[in-house]
Amino acid sequence: MISSQLPALQVVLPLVAAPLCILFHNRTFSWLLMVFVSLVSFGISCALFNQVLAENTITYAMGGWVAPWGIEYYIDKLTTYMLLIVNGIAVLVSLGARESVENEISSDRIYLFYTAFLLNLTGLLGVIITGDAFNLFVFIEIASLSSYAIISLGKDKRCLYAAFRYLVYGTIGASFILISIGLLYVVTGTLNIADLSQQLANAENTATITTAFVFFVIGIAIKAAIFPMHLWLPDAYTYSPSIVSTFLAGTTTKVFIYVLIRFIYSLYGYEFSFFHESFDNLLIIIACGAILYGSYRAIKQDSLKRLLAYSSIAQIGYMILGIALITELGLAASLIHIFNHAFIKVGLFLAVTAIIYSYGTDSIERLAGMAKTSPFTFILFLISGLSIIGVPLTSGFISKWYLIKASLEAGYWGLVVIIVFSSVLAIIYIGRVIEAAYFKPEATNTAVLNNKKMPHLLFLSLFIFSFINIYLGIETSLNVDMAFQIAHELINK
Amino acid sequence: MNSQLLIISALLLPIIGIVFIALTHKNINLRETCTLITSVALIYIVYSLLPAVLNGLHPELYLFNITSSLAIHFKVEPLGMLFACIASFLWLINSIYSIGYMRGNKYKHQTRFYIYFALAIASTIGIAFSANLFTLFIFYEFLTLSTYPLVTHKGTDEAKRAGRIYLGILLATSICLFLPAIIWTHQLTGTIEFTRGGVFNGDYQPIIIISLLLMFTYGIGKAAVMPVHRWLPSAMVAPTPVSALLHAVAVVKAGVFSVVKIIIYIFSPTFLSDIIDINVLLYLAGATILIASVIALRSDNLKRRLAYSTISQLSYVILATALLVPISIMGAALHILAHAFGKITLFFAAGSIYTATKKTEVSQLDGIGRCMPWTMTAFAIGSLSMIGIPPTAGFLSKWFILQGALDIQSWFAVTVIVISTLLNAAYFLPIVYVAFFRDSNTKNVCTYNEAPFPIVLAVSITALMTVMLFFFPEVPLQLVKLLIGEGL
Amino acid sequence: MDILSSFNYWIVIILMMIGFYIIIANNNLIKKIIGINIFQTSIFIMFISMGKVIDGTAPILTDSGTLYSSPLPHVLILTAIVVGISTTALGLAIIIRIHTAFGTIEDDKIQQKIK
Repeated sequence: MISSQLPALQVVLPLVAAPLCILFHNRTFSWLLMVFVSLVSFGISCALFNQVLAENTITYAMGGWVAPWGIEYYIDKLTTYMLLIVNGIAVLVSLGARESVENEISSDRIYLFYTAFLLNLTGLLGVIITGDAFNLFVFIEIASLSSYAIISLGKDKRCLYAAFRYLVYGTIGASFILISIGLLYVVTGTLNIADLSQQLANAENTATITTAFVFFVIGIAIKAAIFPMHLWLPDAYTYSPSIVSTFLAGTTTKVFIYVLIRFIYSLYGYEFSFFHESFDNLLIIIACGAILYGSYRAIKQDSLKRLLAYSSIAQIGYMILGIALITELGLAASLIHIFNHAFIKVGLFLAVTAIIYSYGTDSIERLAGMAKTSPFTFILFLISGLSIIGVPLTSGFISKWYLIKASLEAGYWGLVVIIVFSSVLAIIYIGRVIEAAYFKPEATNTAVLNNKKMPHLLFLSLFIFSFINIYLGIETSLNVDMAFQIAHELINK
Repeated sequence: MNSQLLIISALLLPIIGIVFIALTHKNINLRETCTLITSVALIYIVYSLLPAVLNGLHPELYLFNITSSLAIHFKVEPLGMLFACIASFLWLINSIYSIGYMRGNKYKHQTRFYIYFALAIASTIGIAFSANLFTLFIFYEFLTLSTYPLVTHKGTDEAKRAGRIYLGILLATSICLFLPAIIWTHQLTGTIEFTRGGVFNGDYQPIIIISLLLMFTYGIGKAAVMPVHRWLPSAMVAPTPVSALLHAVAVVKAGVFSVVKIIIYIFSPTFLSDIIDINVLLYLAGATILIASVIALRSDNLKRRLAYSTISQLSYVILATALLVPISIMGAALHILAHAFGKITLFFAAGSIYTATKKTEVSQLDGIGRCMPWTMTAFAIGSLSMIGIPPTAGFLSKWFILQGALDIQSWFAVTVIVISTLLNAAYFLPIVYVAFFRDSNTKNVCTYNEAPFPIVLAVSITALMTVMLFFFPEVPLQLVKLLIGEGL
Repeated sequence: MDILSSFNYWIVIILMMIGFYIIIANNNLIKKIIGINIFQTSIFIMFISMGKVIDGTAPILTDSGTLYSSPLPHVLILTAIVVGISTTALGLAIIIRIHTAFGTIEDDKIQQKIK
């Protein structure tokens, strides 16, 4: 009986847990609750994954109201896979969160932090799982609002301004999405995504539909930090508490790109999105801009978190690039990169979290020579860093391999050059960090390892993610097969 | 022992050695013993594979699939066998040398040095035994990454800068050119396995094949074809055993080995000579030989002169392969062997001079032969090998290469070989002359002795081998004959 | 479709642009929030006005009428209003904390302080 209610539970569970944190006002309890809830949530997504493998898609009518009048949750392979990833990251990040959070957030606010964190998880899970367009908007806003809140809890007072700017940007983006949904409703009279796709195929009023499409894409681009709408991301990731950056970097942007993929392929359909609009050329240009700009800006940064933020912008460019190639191989390559990059970025940010915990700073200049005092942290950072560069036997290599293959197949030689060139840029910015850490310090204000012992759980999380990055570079069957199956399904709906 | 077990042991042995080296870091003699035992064991394992290969067999080990088209796959064929034999043997000699050198010059962080050295050797064995481009690429990158700490060992600003150039050029070329070339090959032919007769079946436009060839040649930056050669002189800032490793044992050898293997097993010389009219590779290699020789001539710093000599000698191998005839390819493989022993002798001698006298420039070497007879005799033998004068191994390989050039009447190649031989003589023989026959200011009084015993031992062994290979070339010759019998 | 009969869309567009302009051009953070509110209000009006059925009455089930305006947009807008209020509340809370931390809520002054 429970198994048929799982889709609802997936969202309801973290939602209900959030006010529990406020009720109990206790920071240890909040943390334990967070870990517990994310574990159960992960279990639910595993169960859903198994169900989907057996039945191919699941639909769940919320409250028993049948679609297209009621809100429906629609779960297919892509959905469950994204759920697994987000939940998995939530479990491991919350496991390692405790000491870092106590270090960076003032203790009377910690329980509030976990509340907002749980709400963020709710929002993200809801975005992934829902099959109703307006419900999508609501969950997007839940996720966004809670992320504005947790970003503003950082130590550095600039986080407040970063959170505010993110709020303004994000709300504009969400409002655009709302406009788009409204316009679609005007044309078709329905809000259910599956129903919308059918109705749109028969609809006539192409100007409205195109307008809706444009509004949606721009709105999602703002949310997913697709260049040139990325302006909120560097500040938000840099100044927020480290664990928050870790979680957001691994999930938020990926989830919104998932929404974009859903929208382009499930809702509008392959033909409309690409052949109607010459949209693909625009996307290619944007993707190249993102890749080059992000990698280039990352090179000059002194703050590790900021460097990783710009690197994220570049990586999002890769994901868009795969989509823009229009081919099935391109979409699969994009999906592979979405899956891999979530783990890579979380691995990198967790290492930075550990570094900030131990040293109190993430300035590369001040961290010179760190490799001697924290060898393991640095090695684990290096592993995830090699994955971003795309060294073989790491997951990043697999993504690059497929992206280059897809570009070659589509005949875009220039893109191959850009992908390869950006790998060189990645070598430079990761190499800077490694060089600084490996060689003796020259600066006079070098950071000193403080007395706090490295928290075991944080280290364990970090280790698991680095291990995953290598594992996914060697045992690629799950990732790659899923990606190809999903790509096939999406294109041939 | 089962040959598959041998292959995997050859790869794992240095790693196991690393564990022991790390564990014994407190007791330096014990630690050095670990290195030596590991290298002896490696020689034993690698040479155990030799009989099978000499009989025409190709022991194979298939590890696992990463995706449906990418697999870690090892296969021992004659060229790889030759390379692995060189690398493992020279590891032992280099380790003996390192003991003397690192202690003699009081280097710090020696444990780290031996660990990364072993890692580099493991990567080299991986390159030698690779059965497809993907495995080759992985171990190629591992070699770059594991030699970076060795190049920057001293930790000074200069070392850091050199390390940056080293890593930058090698990683950039391999990711920008080598990797796309591999993917493109896969795109065109559906496979990246090293196959007899090459993987290109069917018609391809010459421009595509030439582009691929150039992408591979320049993508394999370790082969130091100009202009991607800059990393080599920069890496001279490393301690001499590292330079020896780079130049003779592993890194550059891995570079030219990869280029030759790709030309033989991916392109196949017959396919190449059919498809392309203008042999661009030949001209690029020839130009590199001459330009590098001229720069060597004008360098006063001994190690720098040796570095540019290496660049020139490497392009000999590429020139020989680019001639695309069986006999010159035999010469190319033999030259990998000859140059390894000759160059390592020269570098050992240079390091020996530095350890004993702290001298680094050629102009300072007057009369040194009287005081360091063993070292300088070895240097002389090494020089003769580089020039190609009998009775050294260098003569053998040059003979084959020249034969190949004459066979197809490539006057360009013949001219290049002749001129560069003269240039080699011009920059090596004077060193030998002033060392032995010109007196320094202190007449007949030696203010310094020979270098420490391990150094002298090592340099003598390699010099001896250089001469021995001339008199007893049977095994290498057999290997290279099998190589060309593979069906080019 | 002459201009007058689609006046609701005109109002939507005008309000949207006013709101957008306020967000971008105004320095004061609270005014930016007000701009967001106006922007969102315009979207609400768009939805609601689209839901109106000509000659339809309010969507409350009674015996008198048979033609009702569509209730769905009303529902959606109620939800969206709640989202808008949450956003405003959160924005204002952050502004209060910015004021405590920076002493000002003017955008350019804050940016100066940050540099």
